[in-house]
Amino acid sequence: MTINAKNLDFTALNEELRSAGPICRIEGCLGQRFIAAGMKDKSIEIYGVPGNALGAYLGGGGIVVYGNAQDAVGDTMNAGLIVIHGHAGDAAGYAMRGGEIYIKGNAGYRAGIHMKEYREKKPVMVIGGRASSFLGEYQAGGIIIVLGLHDDGKPVVGNFPCTGMHGGKMVLRGEALGVDFPSHTKQRRATDADMSEITPYIERFCGLFGYDTAGLLGDTYTVVTPDSNNPYKQMYVEN
Amino acid sequence: MAISYIFPEFEVVRNFDRCITCRVCERQCSNGVHSYDEDGKVMLADESKCVDCQRCVALCPTRALKIVKNDCTFREDANWSGATIKEIYKQAESGGVLLSSMGNPQPLPVYWDRILINASQVTNPSIDPLREPMETKVFLGKKADDIRRGPDGELICDLPPQLELSMPVMFSAMSFGSISYNAHESLARAATELGILYNTGEGGLHEDFYRFGKNTIVQVASGRFGVHEAYLNAGAAIEIKMGQGAKPGIGGHLPGKKIVGEVSRTRMIPEGTDAISPAPHHDIYSIEDLRQLVYSLKEATQHKKPVIVKVAAVHNIAAIASGIARSGADIIAIDGFRGGTGAAPTRIRDNVGIPIELALAAVDQRLRDEGIRNNVSLVAGGSIRSASDVVKAVALGADTCYIGTAALMALGCHLCRSCHTGKCNWGIATQRLELVRRLNPDIGTRRLVNLLTAWKHEIAEMMGGMGINSIEALRGNRLMLRGVNMTEKELEILGISHAGE
Repeated sequence: MTINAKNLDFTALNEELRSAGPICRIEGCLGQRFIAAGMKDKSIEIYGVPGNALGAYLGGGGIVVYGNAQDAVGDTMNAGLIVIHGHAGDAAGYAMRGGEIYIKGNAGYRAGIHMKEYREKKPVMVIGGRASSFLGEYQAGGIIIVLGLHDDGKPVVGNFPCTGMHGGKMVLRGEALGVDFPSHTKQRRATDADMSEITPYIERFCGLFGYDTAGLLGDTYTVVTPDSNNPYKQMYVEN
Repeated sequence: MAISYIFPEFEVVRNFDRCITCRVCERQCSNGVHSYDEDGKVMLADESKCVDCQRCVALCPTRALKIVKNDCTFREDANWSGATIKEIYKQAESGGVLLSSMGNPQPLPVYWDRILINASQVTNPSIDPLREPMETKVFLGKKADDIRRGPDGELICDLPPQLELSMPVMFSAMSFGSISYNAHESLARAATELGILYNTGEGGLHEDFYRFGKNTIVQVASGRFGVHEAYLNAGAAIEIKMGQGAKPGIGGHLPGKKIVGEVSRTRMIPEGTDAISPAPHHDIYSIEDLRQLVYSLKEATQHKKPVIVKVAAVHNIAAIASGIARSGADIIAIDGFRGGTGAAPTRIRDNVGIPIELALAAVDQRLRDEGIRNNVSLVAGGSIRSASDVVKAVALGADTCYIGTAALMALGCHLCRSCHTGKCNWGIATQRLELVRRLNPDIGTRRLVNLLTAWKHEIAEMMGGMGINSIEALRGNRLMLRGVNMTEKELEILGISHAGE
């Protein structure tokens, strides 16, 4: 079913989505927020630019955006798939606990902040271009992969990545030279085990956006992990 | 190791004529104070570990025990109190940030105790609540601005979602993790029986408790622990936690040692990992951003649940509340600086925030002045200790109150203020199963229901005395209050006259 988003506010648009069948196409999207918030059984294509909090609390299903997305894509999403054929704004994947987000272009500030995982729920975010500052702040689980396929000459991540990180894994293509990681994290060149863990996600990224898998997988990758999952244990004295 | 400069705060006094060395005290003390000396056949005590929780005293079958304040004293003066001296020594020894529990214990003014309630004499008859109906029911949520009718003259009843409470009290947010499974079960069952609401705090909702959903407020805070679509739809309302009275401006941090078993499962994070709720919501830098979170939650729940925004009472609370009332929130909860906590840095707890009485009065007045009071309901929390505190809060403008510490005391809490250690001997603020078992949810439920049933009677008595038969008629009715022992400024902010006026 096709929904023309013109002149629909976000509540009306979500109502149409809910009453539509499992496969929907939104045309003329122009900044409507909260699209598919809390939904779990839809396959949605979006043409135009969705507004903030696209797919917030998403419980399953899939969203493909043929354009850029704004802030807080997949906020607290629990399952499902979000694909952005463009750039994403700030705080993409905020506190996501499950599902996968693929961004063809760049991500704004604080991507993957407080991403977490639990048992079989292991969220993945793949950013094709570069990520801005505070990438993976408070990261508590899941995998953030940044491929650095951008061509504007800027570094693969901005300032202060991994601040407060206490779980999960960040993977950056290349040697991450010049990136200033905090002292409570450890960096290493990706091992074979790391590579086999991320390979399916890179393959999926390449399949979605038409990149050469073999070429990307042949590169070196840097893996960042926290050195403790109890970062503040020593900070307090009982009073 | 250097000599510890700190002498024990309490003294364990054992009457050996009464002690039968049954060793109950030893088994009951998770702090390891009591021990049995096989050689001397006597009970011993290591007082340095005692937190004065009174568990051993309460369970000693021969009443052989008492815990008293140690009268060994530093050379205190008006500037350097014993507590301050002790804190210096602790920090010099450890280099640590001081960590405390429960509400601000400092001798700062408790305005409830300086406010007195009116009663009818001669000109306006008082009402006997035992004989006449008294309405203590309240509805929380955005109210309509006007009465609208359709073309056929029928009333248009499309009020935004409302919460119905049998009395103006709710249990405030205490997460599963900071308190035990049995404590949560007691709160949930009591709320259901009483027709009020309890609050999950930021710890997720245990699957066993989804059945209490109609009486549950589910909380969303900066860590988003246990938050997912089913959780949001499980409760009667959703609360966004922006701040907490005991620790305004800082986040929460449940240490990994408490993230075990069911707590890990309910928060949906691995065992042993710290649960860190950052101080800010990183997507909220403004009222407009708050509006975005409010509406993302409303969209995810199809506008069926009222959204509460909880903030700590701080200096510009009236302006902050005015912003929140325009953010699309249905209810504002304000938490005063005496509100409890399972753990907070001592300096924050004791020095940050303002009293709920002043904050509540200022917010109610500001929202009235701006003509937006009916946009939101107001919840006052932060050490509501009795039915009279509730009556005073309602008269200052609250729609309802949150109680936390008082509810825990009904469950057995003795205010030892050691929640952060996780060794609660009363089975409340602990995840150790052998301790959790000490709190029987049947008894806990009963005691909570007893407490609030008694409060409800007392509220009705006070209302009747004022000649008021509906709690709605008391809300914001500051003429029913008078102040004593206050400055003109304090009276002005509270919006009440001095006694005798």
